[in-house]
Amino acid sequence: MSKASEKRSPALAICATGFVIAWVVVASMPFLWTLWGSFKVQGDFFSKADWTNAIFGIRTTVETGGPYTGNGYYGAWVEQEFWQAAINSGIVVAATVIISLTLGALGGYALARSGFRYAFWLLMTALVFRAMPHITLVSGYLLPFFEWNLWGHLPTTIIVLVAINQPFTLWMLHSFFLNIPKDMDESAMVDGCTRFQAFWHVIIPVMWPGVITTGLFSFLLAYNDFAVTSMLLSQDNQTMVPRISSFLGTTQVEGNVMFAVAAVVSATAPLFFLVLFFQRQIVSGLTAGAVKG
Amino acid sequence: MTHRSFLWFIFPSLAAMVLFIAMPIVSVFLQSLHVEHPQVLIQTENCGPFGCKQTTTVDSEATAALKSEKPLGQFNGLDTYTNRNHLAFTEVSNAWATSDSIGNFISKLMNLPFYRALAFTLTYTFIVTPFVIVLGLMIALGVNRLPKLFKGPTIFVSLLPMIVTPLIGSLILFWMIDAEGILGAALQRIFDDNSLSLKASPSLTWIMLIIYGIWHSAPFAFIVFYAGLQTVPKDTLEAAMIDGASRWQRVRYVVVPYMAPLVTFILLMQLMDNFRVFEPIVGFSAEASATSLSWIIFNDLRGGADPLFGSAATTSMLTILGVLVLLTPVLIRTWRTSYRKMV
Repeated sequence: MSKASEKRSPALAICATGFVIAWVVVASMPFLWTLWGSFKVQGDFFSKADWTNAIFGIRTTVETGGPYTGNGYYGAWVEQEFWQAAINSGIVVAATVIISLTLGALGGYALARSGFRYAFWLLMTALVFRAMPHITLVSGYLLPFFEWNLWGHLPTTIIVLVAINQPFTLWMLHSFFLNIPKDMDESAMVDGCTRFQAFWHVIIPVMWPGVITTGLFSFLLAYNDFAVTSMLLSQDNQTMVPRISSFLGTTQVEGNVMFAVAAVVSATAPLFFLVLFFQRQIVSGLTAGAVKG
Repeated sequence: MTHRSFLWFIFPSLAAMVLFIAMPIVSVFLQSLHVEHPQVLIQTENCGPFGCKQTTTVDSEATAALKSEKPLGQFNGLDTYTNRNHLAFTEVSNAWATSDSIGNFISKLMNLPFYRALAFTLTYTFIVTPFVIVLGLMIALGVNRLPKLFKGPTIFVSLLPMIVTPLIGSLILFWMIDAEGILGAALQRIFDDNSLSLKASPSLTWIMLIIYGIWHSAPFAFIVFYAGLQTVPKDTLEAAMIDGASRWQRVRYVVVPYMAPLVTFILLMQLMDNFRVFEPIVGFSAEASATSLSWIIFNDLRGGADPLFGSAATTSMLTILGVLVLLTPVLIRTWRTSYRKMV
């Protein structure tokens, strides 16, 4: 939009800028507040009497001798063994992303390259599957998994997360594959490649941006999941998010909400860096589906 | 591509979806027709010096044996669907017959767990979705006119509420709005009411959950609209300007029509995601004042000592039906637009 028109309405410019600033504050303040507060004691983080206590750490100084304390982090990571949950999260997320991408790339490629009518119906079915609330599927798994002794293990959760991820992964990779001209794999096949060789040696090398973007979203889905991981994992195998929710049950009794606060900050940190490094890919991934319609 | 190679490529993905999405739906359906075995009771006679007494005890061994023999439980037909915890036909018709006004009827309806959850789920879905679309468009228009230097950081910050784990995001807000937290304490001071707290007031809880929903999803709409704005043809905008269209008119008659397909896309995604609202209720510990369909399934499976598979499955079936009803208009639209494009 041209600069001239903006200069004509200073009132509008102020309004719009003010609105964006307000949004930025609303979007970022809760995170900054919790990050800052995680280095305080509970009396400061929940300081009803005087909110400036939370900023300067008055009670923290009284209780621990300094304005900052790592007690919450020590309690969460060492006493409550949050590191175990972090390792479990790492395993589940890494395996889910790799398997999802492998299956999704094969299937998405097939859907993008076949002009058959049933390919369209498959995509529509995937869309309906994508809409299923995860907890309804979990209620279908639970009884058979108990019966077959599959409940509670990491591999079970991984394969379930992969399957729940598939509709989304298929749609996204399918729309990325559509952007790659058909001529590429067809000419490779004329040169004597099989369909799979054309896919593997010609298409995948130019698909990396799409694969990385889709991988980011698979990562988010697996990392952020609560419904599946909280229901399908036993106590020892819990990942970070269900562990945080079980902190709440136990720590509030002991008066150690700060453990949960520290765990929440720890679990948010990887997401923060993910956005920092992959902002462009996330934005392009969110719009890939939209632009395609 | 031949049918044969299509099948080979799609097979792993299709197998995963059939096994873990389609089969569970079948499993949910079967479970919803069954109900837990009643406990096996045994009557024993205890005779002491003061005469004999009949006592009834639970034969836990026989109960366990029955459970392991038929894990599904006993066949119950559609009875679970119509009982008090689900569609509650008897209770609803009673309430209809005995209440003198619509308000009275609705308040009686709100005592039934399924309708309570349905009411919140629908309210949440249909308030959050339009707000997200409007707010997202406003942020996109605002960010679009920022100097280039500020765009990147603004987008970075805007992505955070969306990318954060829903449970964690709701906990972060919950700690701030808690009666002891910074926002909760500030509200108490503003309204000069020391008893004002999230837990005590159902309407405040609903509002808070809805605000959380908007905060969480607005970035998604913003990013989609922002990307769409970059593709609005500059020529059309300039032509509109030359023709004397005001800024508002340009937004209304050029930008908004251009965004219409994006609105459909956001609508579809938001309806799907908001209808399964679940984590915020756990995060805000809001179950006393607000429950959702997903939450009552979770509660059936996790709440008591023994999971109530039949009850959870019945609610799941009803939820799936709800999803289908909700999606039908959007699906028909998608079918109309993309079916012709593809085939």
